[in-house]
Amino acid sequence: MPNVFELIINSTKRKVDVDSDRSLLSVLRDDLDLTGSKYGCGEGQCGACTVLIDGKAIRSCITTVGSAAGKRITTIEGLEQHGRLHPVQQAFIDADAMQCGYCTTGMIVSAAALLAKNSDPNTEEIIRHMEGNVCRCGTYPRIVAAIHKAAKAKA
Amino acid sequence: MTDELSTEPELEPELEPERYELHAGPAFHFDIARRDFFKTAGGGVFIALALRGSLAQESGGGQRRGQGGGMPKEIGAWLHIAEDGAVTVYTGKVEVGQNIRTSLAQVVAEELRVPMASIKMVMGDTDVTPYDAGTFGSLTTRMMSPQLRKAAAAAREVLIDFAAERGKVERGELVVADGRITHAATRQSFSFGSLTHGQRVTKVISDSVVTTPADQWKIAGKSALKVNARDIVTGKHQYASDIKRPGLLYGKVLRPSTLNATLASVDLRDAEKLPGVTVVRDGDFVGVAAASENSAAKAVNDIHAEWKTAPHPPSRDLFDYLRKNPAQSQRPEGRAAFTAGSIEAGLAAGEHKLQQSYTIAYIAHIPLEPRAAVAEWNDGKLTVWTGTQRPFGVRSELAQAFHIAEDKVRVLVPDTGSGYGGKHTGEAAIEAARIAKSAGKPVKVVWTREEEFNWAYFRPAGVIDVSSAVSGEGKITAWEFHNFNSGEAGIRTLYEIPNQKIQFHPTRTPLRQGSYRALAATANHFARESHMDELARLVNMDPLEFRLKNLKDERLRAVLQATAKRFGWGKTKPAPGHGFGIAGGFEKGGYVAMCADVAVDRATASVKIARVVASFECGTIINPDQLKNQIEGSVVMGIGGALFESIEFEDGRLLNGKLSRYRVPRFSDAPSIEVVLLDRKDLASAGAGETPIAGLAPAVGNAIFDAIGVRARSLPMRLEKPIARSTRG
Repeated sequence: MPNVFELIINSTKRKVDVDSDRSLLSVLRDDLDLTGSKYGCGEGQCGACTVLIDGKAIRSCITTVGSAAGKRITTIEGLEQHGRLHPVQQAFIDADAMQCGYCTTGMIVSAAALLAKNSDPNTEEIIRHMEGNVCRCGTYPRIVAAIHKAAKAKA
Repeated sequence: MTDELSTEPELEPELEPERYELHAGPAFHFDIARRDFFKTAGGGVFIALALRGSLAQESGGGQRRGQGGGMPKEIGAWLHIAEDGAVTVYTGKVEVGQNIRTSLAQVVAEELRVPMASIKMVMGDTDVTPYDAGTFGSLTTRMMSPQLRKAAAAAREVLIDFAAERGKVERGELVVADGRITHAATRQSFSFGSLTHGQRVTKVISDSVVTTPADQWKIAGKSALKVNARDIVTGKHQYASDIKRPGLLYGKVLRPSTLNATLASVDLRDAEKLPGVTVVRDGDFVGVAAASENSAAKAVNDIHAEWKTAPHPPSRDLFDYLRKNPAQSQRPEGRAAFTAGSIEAGLAAGEHKLQQSYTIAYIAHIPLEPRAAVAEWNDGKLTVWTGTQRPFGVRSELAQAFHIAEDKVRVLVPDTGSGYGGKHTGEAAIEAARIAKSAGKPVKVVWTREEEFNWAYFRPAGVIDVSSAVSGEGKITAWEFHNFNSGEAGIRTLYEIPNQKIQFHPTRTPLRQGSYRALAATANHFARESHMDELARLVNMDPLEFRLKNLKDERLRAVLQATAKRFGWGKTKPAPGHGFGIAGGFEKGGYVAMCADVAVDRATASVKIARVVASFECGTIINPDQLKNQIEGSVVMGIGGALFESIEFEDGRLLNGKLSRYRVPRFSDAPSIEVVLLDRKDLASAGAGETPIAGLAPAVGNAIFDAIGVRARSLPMRLEKPIARSTRG
């Protein structure tokens, strides 16, 4: 049954009239035109759909829109502030940490969540935190380097 | 068999037999709209590069693929400098993560002497870019890059002519730099825009244009960051699956109950009752459109279908099946063997003989962006945005499917969420277009990951039998190599062996199969380089020394030696539980060698690749850092096929057709990777997106043997646990 939800996305309140069992990912992409979050597997295994809910990285493809109502949602579109890239975004560019780029936004959101709670993670901590994000092009070493770079830039 | 050592880089190679998906597809294209585009494109300078021998082929048209006729040859690329000086490059190639949007812009910037940022690349749009057979075979750098360099160099010369005329000076005294042409003595300086303003020049040039030698490059040959990286990190870049159109509906297709099931009957009544849902039945095709993906999925669930199934061999019997089921030959003449000398004589001459079989599993590409397409019909013209490596091939598929002319179909390919050879076909495009036709509105079809596993195609599985002999001094005397089904790419050996018989045997196949990054080069290198290692052990020689003893090819020797040197081969010993392995090879113009340091845990039989040193040589390097990126990516992607990836199936169903059941390389799997690049500025550039992946599996397999004395002859290399202590450690 249609339900009206208020979602707080990137600090803006958005009303949507959708079934509560729809995935947050599909609502973000199809109803709100926030297509920076990607579909990769639909079962929370690849991390391409990662968004922050109350600061925590979650897989939006296995999160229902109903469960996200009223919580603070941050998508990749919300990381850039006043035309300034988030340090993780800048570091991905500088480290050339992408090939096709399809996993990149999910990687960046996951990494941003990590740096928010651990400002200077070591390589092992980065790998442990990022293990749920898949890059089929195989740019993992560059992504690790980018996260180190972002940590330095934030410090 | 094709000669892999061809020295004619200008000729597009014939399609390899294992590109099964292309041999199966439609093949004609009638290149109609090209000259119309020239007429309507407005002012400025247009340079089109005619490919060799094609100026006479004014009517265009193409030859059938895979029948020995090569690919259609006409206009390779074109370039436009507008009246405001803006440079636009048009190519039918597409960006799927190999970073050609960047590297092609670099070579154009180099020849035009303009900053890279001033170049706009228009790629993979069948209405405005020249025909291109597809982005595969590592041909972009080898074929398209020289074409664009020539077009850009010709454009520069035209601009110099304009400047000489405008400034009334000798053209030889003019200097082109930073998008301006300057005459120092008279202090005149012209921007490209001021020179092209009011001009309308269209020039078709042949490929004899002289380009800037690589040792004088200022922009090309240097690392450059991905040109659209900012759009990617901000999520602004729109992949095909992100495209929206006014009134867009979401499409879903009814899939068969098993891989080989056919539709017996279908009851659409429940689905048709759903509000806002369009149900389409056309032969065996059943699809729906709805206002959301969720509603479309629910509607498909309300369709009641009966399926006819047939027996289907299980994956546990796969290799037996491949041996026992030769294909009805794809070509009337069959696949001829490559032979040299006499195998019998060679086997008799050797002191040690070795016969081994190697197997290769089916694996899935799993491009992170699944197949996706948005289709819309306007006044009988079909426009489709889709992620594919063959925009013109998909245009042909659509034209054929809907019985319309190719100029009634436009295919646009936004930079795509990778392909790895897995996106040569237009399934999602056809599905979206068919549903859109009935719905009367634009329709988007995005395959689920499970659909991608089940209904795309796989890297071919294969069995390889190798029979060889070696003298007591370590000279190989005989080499017989039979590849069943996996393919022909990289099948020939560069080792000096007087007696050879090498043959590819097409077989029937239980699963749909097709191109995969580096094609069968991975399988053939795995078998060859594992076998080389076995032979080295047989004659108690160091594996590197053994290879060099049987190798004259300077380029392969160079990469092997460069890798060994950086790795410290022969200088250091493996840590306890570790082993070292080396492997090398050649394919598609590139030479690769890798050394691996691998740790094996005997209790869990788990393999961890600790360190890989990869060296690569592909002629002149255009963008060192992006090249390095491709090689690193090949190493990481190669780990999947080497150690864990394998499609399992039974009763016509995949047993592991989802990401939670199919292990792909993750962060913790990536080893420390060191890349050694050999830049040969005296040689033409070859592509690099594929060949490096062929080096990884044999280097790892050889290292596993070095660690525990167990030879893994199957890809993926899964060890049985626990590994006995008695084996060599």
